[in-house]
Amino acid sequence: MRLIGLTLAAVVGLSLAALGCATAPTAAITIYSGRTEDLIGPLIESFKSETGIQAEVRYGDTAELAALLLEEGANTPADVYIAQDAGALGAVAGAGQLRALPDELLGRVPAALRSPAGQWVGLSGRARVVVYDSRELTPDQLPATIHGFTDEQWHGRLGWAPTNGSFQAFVTAMRVLEGEDAARAWLEGVQANEPRAYEGNTQIVQAVADGEIDAGLVNHYYLLRFLAEQGESFPVRNHFLTGSDPGALINVAGAGILAPSDAEASARRFIDFLLQPESQRYFAQETFEYPLVAGIDGPAGAPPLEQIQTPDIDLSDLSDLQGTLRLLNETGVLP
Amino acid sequence: MAAPARVRRGAGLPPALPLVYLVLRALDVDRSALDLILRPRTLEVLVASLSLGLAVAVGSIGLGLPLAWLTARTDLPGRRLWTVLTVVPLAIPSYVIAFAFVAALGPRGALSQLLRDLGLPGLPSIYGFGGAVLVLTLATYPYVLLATRAALLRFDPAIEEAGRALGDGPLDAFRRVTLPLIAPAIAGGALLAVLYALADFGAVAILQFDSFARAIYIQYRASFDRSLAAILALMLVGVTFAVAWIEWRVRTRRPAIPLAARRPPPPVRLGRWRWPALALCGAVTALALVVPAGTILFWLLRGLGQGEPLRLLGSAAANSLLAGLLAALIVAALSLPVVFLLVRHSGRLAAWLEGILYSAYAVPGIVLALATAFFVLNVTPILYQSLVVLVLAYAVRFLPQAIAPARASLVQVAPRLVEAARTLGDSPPAAFRQITLPLLRPGVIAGMALVFLTTVKELPLTLLLGPTGFETLATAIWGAATEGFFARAAAPAAMLMILSGATVGLLFRAEDPVR
Repeated sequence: MRLIGLTLAAVVGLSLAALGCATAPTAAITIYSGRTEDLIGPLIESFKSETGIQAEVRYGDTAELAALLLEEGANTPADVYIAQDAGALGAVAGAGQLRALPDELLGRVPAALRSPAGQWVGLSGRARVVVYDSRELTPDQLPATIHGFTDEQWHGRLGWAPTNGSFQAFVTAMRVLEGEDAARAWLEGVQANEPRAYEGNTQIVQAVADGEIDAGLVNHYYLLRFLAEQGESFPVRNHFLTGSDPGALINVAGAGILAPSDAEASARRFIDFLLQPESQRYFAQETFEYPLVAGIDGPAGAPPLEQIQTPDIDLSDLSDLQGTLRLLNETGVLP
Repeated sequence: MAAPARVRRGAGLPPALPLVYLVLRALDVDRSALDLILRPRTLEVLVASLSLGLAVAVGSIGLGLPLAWLTARTDLPGRRLWTVLTVVPLAIPSYVIAFAFVAALGPRGALSQLLRDLGLPGLPSIYGFGGAVLVLTLATYPYVLLATRAALLRFDPAIEEAGRALGDGPLDAFRRVTLPLIAPAIAGGALLAVLYALADFGAVAILQFDSFARAIYIQYRASFDRSLAAILALMLVGVTFAVAWIEWRVRTRRPAIPLAARRPPPPVRLGRWRWPALALCGAVTALALVVPAGTILFWLLRGLGQGEPLRLLGSAAANSLLAGLLAALIVAALSLPVVFLLVRHSGRLAAWLEGILYSAYAVPGIVLALATAFFVLNVTPILYQSLVVLVLAYAVRFLPQAIAPARASLVQVAPRLVEAARTLGDSPPAAFRQITLPLLRPGVIAGMALVFLTTVKELPLTLLLGPTGFETLATAIWGAATEGFFARAAAPAAMLMILSGATVGLLFRAEDPVR
């Protein structure tokens, strides 16, 4: 009797321990986040309170954190890297610093929006759009493709942000889709129209509102943030290009697990959490990005993700930023 | 104060780390990438940057020198208040000033709109060279102001009086007697302003001006190519050495007559001139402080109107205060031996040491951050991303800011004053405490103020090297503003200005006591 009792206790104890290992990772994680606290902080807080896993976050610029990760190599204290664009994830993965994610996580996101080698997964989507001055223009006065902006009628009226990562990803996409020469011709054509170069997307949207320019090339969510802060009277609107135009590229913010991490279970649990419906809804409602997991509504005031006629492209092909940078230098778009 | 050679070499070591790092990284570059750098456009951008530096030097002296004289040597009403008001803009990140100026003076900005409504001609464009000079001058004149002010506070009025007695008018006395004696301080402050302008990439990007530092930054951001960026950064280091050499020539061409007074100089009575003087202080405050502060207030109110909650970041403010004070104290402590070394051994070796020190200040912050990460991980990984390393990195970066004003004070301390004290029986420490330290005091305090104000707005070192989760007001402002959430950036920006004003105000209270 006593023997049975002891055996039973041992079996229960062992299976509880095993269960504990399998389902409740507890090791604390360190996150390098290229998304600022305003874009992800609340999610990390609810992850901590829901799972009991401790998480410390280093916020920074996506590219600077990528440079730091490359500098740290195997010594990195980071377990998870969250980046604002696929190119930065590609660069860190290319240096062999990301480990493969389980299919269970990868499978929740459309194949086009994750690493084909399974080293990172998209968390939220960001579409390239044309913002325009709704006091001056109607959507049908905008070009049908991004190539329309090389037309002389756009002289002095367009704004872009050549130093911005999203813009460079779009140029990379154009190089991949249409070839080096077409991309060069487009850059030279737009450059001949003397577009205004801005520091970032926010400045472009503001400049359109201020009447400095009539249209600008940005990501879709910047305008939605302005509308939320300043109301519907804000005189700028988004225009989504059609016909699988590179100007309608959907890029992602994503995450990967660092190869040297010794808290892989917790790190996976964190990425799992970011792909849960609650978190995906957060991206749509708070940061105005597109959820990537099926069945979650997109941001209000933007067309559904399925309706955007994005070009057919493998996002990991966007990692050749070096070539894009060279092209931007050679065409005089960048100093 | 003869330093053994070992100490002299040791002093140059930590600040030289970024240089060593850059050379190591630059050696990795492949030849085709090199072609991208060696093209005429690179030279063009370099020349544009140098012109910007020159214009900012002229502008910062033009504003800083009169303000320093007015707040240090005259009976201007509200001198200390004006000092604080005209120095606080240094704590505002220059990209915020640039945002504010585009918002106010841009083509459709508030002021341009007003002028149009009144039927007046528009403003010249804020974008490009002119706007960059304006914003960077407003961001850097406090360097000249504080360094020069420190020199003037301990200036022996007897020299000026002698000039006056020999028949000089007040202006002549200033030009012929005072100016040459405070020239080292002016040159030191202007050097800091120029190097700041050369290293800035936030403001110039918003103002659409292609500068050299921006080209370096673009390389880091866009290509993750650290070797190409390293070569560009080394070119900037070369420029830094050249500019520091010019300053060294200005400073040593005419050996300063070492004289300083322990009696407070009687204030110059401004009389009717106090009205234009007040107008000048008011105008500078309006441009450098009220325009950014007003814009921040506008963002805050507009956000509150749209239902944004007011976020008071207590822990971020405490972290900013802690980091700023630690950096100021450590830099003040480090600056004294370095300054003694540089002043009492002003040979070629000292000039080289100085170039190395200034290069850690003039390279973009991301370079110093990566260099520090590289060395700490290889030497003392246990300290990686700790407050200790962060504060030491601040110290390496901002040491030159304390050197300029402290040196300006020290060159006025005549060795014979100290010798006299020794003759009268003081021990060396007692002579230092009783003679040298009180005379150095305004210079050290000015240096602490500069270091505090620049540390609280510092970004790349704080983000990459701070303890994980270490949030400051500057990182909070950046986090919100970079994503276009201006309303959320406004509260921490306002807190940063109040915190800086209060701290600097308290610091200046400590500068008076010469009894």
